[in-house]
Amino acid sequence: MPARIAVVNTRAANLHSVSKALEKVGASAEITSDPSDLENAAGVVLPGVGASDAVMRAINSQGFAEPVKQYAVSGRPLLCICVGMQVLFEGSDEGEVPGLGLLEGRVRRFPKDLTENGARLKVPHMGWNTVSFSDEAASDSVFAGIPQDSFFYFVHSYRCQPEDRSVIAGTTRYGEDVCAAVLSGEVAGTQFHPEKSGDIGLEIYRNFVKRVG
Amino acid sequence: MLTRRVIPCLDVDAGRVVKGVSFVNIRDAGDPAELAALYDSEGADELVFLDITASSDDRETMVEVVRRVSSEVFIPLTVGGGIRTVDDMRKMLEAGADKVGVNSAAIRDPDLISRCSREFGAQCVVLAIDAKRVESPAMLRIEGEEPRLAESPWQVYTHGGRRPTAVDPVKWAKLAENLGAGEILLTSMDADGQKTGYDLELTSAVSENVSIPVIASGGAGELEHFYDALDTGKADAVLAASLFHFGEMRIAEVKSYLAERQVLVRGA
Repeated sequence: MPARIAVVNTRAANLHSVSKALEKVGASAEITSDPSDLENAAGVVLPGVGASDAVMRAINSQGFAEPVKQYAVSGRPLLCICVGMQVLFEGSDEGEVPGLGLLEGRVRRFPKDLTENGARLKVPHMGWNTVSFSDEAASDSVFAGIPQDSFFYFVHSYRCQPEDRSVIAGTTRYGEDVCAAVLSGEVAGTQFHPEKSGDIGLEIYRNFVKRVG
Repeated sequence: MLTRRVIPCLDVDAGRVVKGVSFVNIRDAGDPAELAALYDSEGADELVFLDITASSDDRETMVEVVRRVSSEVFIPLTVGGGIRTVDDMRKMLEAGADKVGVNSAAIRDPDLISRCSREFGAQCVVLAIDAKRVESPAMLRIEGEEPRLAESPWQVYTHGGRRPTAVDPVKWAKLAENLGAGEILLTSMDADGQKTGYDLELTSAVSENVSIPVIASGGAGELEHFYDALDTGKADAVLAASLFHFGEMRIAEVKSYLAERQVLVRGA
């Protein structure tokens, strides 16, 4: 029996790619709009792309906010992607709808005058960038075994600023140190898109599926 | 540090990749999924599929192509060609495209960019611009209009480069950014197919006037052309079609060359 993973229907455009990536690594992915599916799920993915308000509205209108929070504290594996990771925080400058507040901190836009070595940087931060993972993340998490400074595909204009720096599991560099991944117990989040980061991205899904068991 | 991207573009007609040669390690040079997988294995940073299907009856075929490719190849996929409405874009995104290019329809109705951006986010919306130098002595010639002096050295064309407009590509790119486009795919019609290099002046003029990424397209023939587009042209990504597709140059080759010249690229 392949591991059954519930993919929360956040009405995000990358639902298809996330499901296909899970299938590629041998899991069976089920896109769900029914919050009660989380009660018995062994693994949950919270995908997101686009605007954080749109994702939060999809979560709220389908009644997913409380079930996702309850699921997260249950200690079962939760993987949150891009805006899916951003909505773990208390809120975003991008919109008005509060986030889930599972992690303390806010999501803020990259500054307008972002530079690196004197060169002006464009926003969105779009393309492949390297991620360095914390020791904890590299030893026992969905990020285990991922070589340091592997390339992942990013596309975002806002970035997470956790209050508690210890939840930062991975960092990338774009004019400043940018939170690229978070980890809190079995709750993992990536600002980048593992489902669009080739083989190394699929490795994260593979790790996730292993943790689901 | 963010790397510069090397992007192959594939023309798709009625579900088949056209204008290609057979690579040794590929069974069917016309199969979009096989070619996508090959380019992925060679280090392509993204893929662009351009739907050149003339008949609208075959639009569904493209959706099917996107669905199949995105189920097998896990790198970003941009789809363009014939996108007219928010629903057209939705279909492509739901099928697994990450970004969708708009061109002619956005010139006719610039608000299409805002509507798509509001619905799916700026990161999904690519504005494709086909630009051509205005003929000397800078007279703007548009069908059905009196020739007049051009304000810009370039003008935008629509409908696959068949219809001239009075639009200045630099101003258009800036407007599109304000309307919510997340990226510009900029093709020089003068340079396209010439293999004499990208139009560096056009590329840098657009790139320096917007704060969103610009993909340079049209004119690649030599390795240094890619470098020039990224360096002098200030492009964020470089795109080529026939050069890769006819096997004249490999993506890996371009990347190692760029790396030698101190350009940050992935996997070189």
